[in-house]
Amino acid sequence: MIEAFNFPLSPFNFFSVSEFLQQLLNGVSLGAIYALIALGYTMVYGVLRFINFAHSDVFMVGAFIGYYMGKLVPEGTLWGGLGVLAVSMIGCAILGMTIERLAYRRLRSAPTLNVLITAIGVSLLLEYSGQVFFGAAPRNFPALFPVRNFAVGGLIVGSNQLIVIAVSVILMIVLQLIVYRTRIGTAMRAVSLNPKAAVLMGVNNDVVISFTFGLGSALAAAGGILYALNYPSIDPLMGVMPGLKAFVAAILGGIGNIPGAALGGLILGTVETFVSGSQWSTYKDAIAFAILIIILLFRPAGLLGRFTVEKV
Amino acid sequence: MPKPHLALLAALLAAYGIQHFSDHIDPYHLDVLTGIGINVILAVSLNLVNGYTGQFSLGHAGFMSVGAYLSAAVTLFLGPKLLGEDGGTALQQGGLFLGALLVGGLSAALAGLVVGVPSLRLKGDYLALVTLGFGEIIRVTFQNVEFLGGALGMNGIPPYTSIFWVLAFVALTVFVVTCLVHSTYGRGFLATHDDEIASEAVGLNTTRYKIVAFVIGAFFAGIAGGLYGHFKLTITPTGFDFTKSIEIVVMVILGGMGNTVGVILAAILLTLLPEVLRPIAEYRMVLYSFLLIVLMLVRPQGLFNFRMRKAKA
Repeated sequence: MIEAFNFPLSPFNFFSVSEFLQQLLNGVSLGAIYALIALGYTMVYGVLRFINFAHSDVFMVGAFIGYYMGKLVPEGTLWGGLGVLAVSMIGCAILGMTIERLAYRRLRSAPTLNVLITAIGVSLLLEYSGQVFFGAAPRNFPALFPVRNFAVGGLIVGSNQLIVIAVSVILMIVLQLIVYRTRIGTAMRAVSLNPKAAVLMGVNNDVVISFTFGLGSALAAAGGILYALNYPSIDPLMGVMPGLKAFVAAILGGIGNIPGAALGGLILGTVETFVSGSQWSTYKDAIAFAILIIILLFRPAGLLGRFTVEKV
Repeated sequence: MPKPHLALLAALLAAYGIQHFSDHIDPYHLDVLTGIGINVILAVSLNLVNGYTGQFSLGHAGFMSVGAYLSAAVTLFLGPKLLGEDGGTALQQGGLFLGALLVGGLSAALAGLVVGVPSLRLKGDYLALVTLGFGEIIRVTFQNVEFLGGALGMNGIPPYTSIFWVLAFVALTVFVVTCLVHSTYGRGFLATHDDEIASEAVGLNTTRYKIVAFVIGAFFAGIAGGLYGHFKLTITPTGFDFTKSIEIVVMVILGGMGNTVGVILAAILLTLLPEVLRPIAEYRMVLYSFLLIVLMLVRPQGLFNFRMRKAKA
């Protein structure tokens, strides 16, 4: 490639085809992780209409459970990795339900602002407790799954990337089945559509909301472990940025909309990977917020969301 | 307050007096007092936006950083040219500092206008997120401006912030905010907070009120940033991330939204708390966040809000 032909304002013109595909693959695997976290935000917003700021810290706790459990199983085995994944998901589901029970349930009818502040408080509590109990210094996340790189054409496909994509796709299919094929899923959709009417139809809102928190937190835990596999340095504040970006992904897809969260995650992950591969890489943290602002100003309902008019 | 102008004058004189005797005060106490003053300015100015006008902003640290950076740029780059080799007299330095603070405040106000006009169309959660997003964009931008030190930040800022400047601007901020919300014009802020649709129905331009509150809030955040920069002498972009914004929001919430006296007390309390809790340094932030949750559950109207006005979203 000849440097002189790079037009400085266009960041993408020095990607060759194989580089482009490589970046796309990296972007999709990062996007899949964002999508997993975004699903938790969007489901909670769907049933309770509030931003669960603590979600990003549940993601962090998920990674740390993975770190400690990873010491108990032999490294680099498929069953060990899946076992750690399952334990971490269950652990975080319990954590999520506990947070909902202790902090949010009493505020069900409180103004949005108070719930928002409480969520920020829970988020800070998890972060600072993490710093006390796990230590503030970054740790190396173990290689839970067997690591191998495959060369396909000019592409290098890491086994971790395949695992990220495979696990995310499976979890999203399972989620789709739960939401559309089970009784509790139907109840979740009912509460999200109209909580009062749902109660009148005999839905137990408390159980549904608790279940939603559990489900979302389990997905966040999976996201945390998959994230830590690809970026193997974990610390108690690791959730802040991915959490914010996943929330942007949820809004991008249309908050409260499950396929939208997956789509938003993929778009955001891909865009971010391309930006960090370009000469504007130092702006990669700003790009998510720029997308957020553009979306909220021009299409506040998101890509797949429905626009609702506020009634007096 | 019956005679707010006299109160302001008295406060300025008191600030001058304290400055005069500052040699006799323990430097540590003086530092803590300066920190308190800066936080009071931040909290009271944010209270105009979050409390009185009811627009939840999470980007205050962003405006603070604009003020800190631009005022530091003025004293660092223009200062030597204006004051000459010997550094000028105390009066010249004071004039330069005042000018730098005003530049910082005005550029923060400009940033507030740029951010506010598009984002104040949104409400509640969404507004909070967009302001958070803008705050982060401001931070990342400063990280990338080599002229202002990039990710390393700016060093060697002259130590112009004295207790007089801090107390004087605390008095000025409280004076402006109090007089504003008690003026005829200022009733519009409260009306916008109480019921936006009803306010529009009686002919108030609520969008303009929100933007005015936002710009004034940003101006004083910029001033506080300038004072902070010339107090700490080093500023880095990461010092103004959204954790800082949340810290200021917590002061406003704790004091009781739209209650200036409460917010001042909360800012004092929250600045002193980490100092008092130093012996249990490790656990103090855990305790702090735990208290925040408990407070929201038990006393959602704020710690120092004794009026039984029902809090509104």
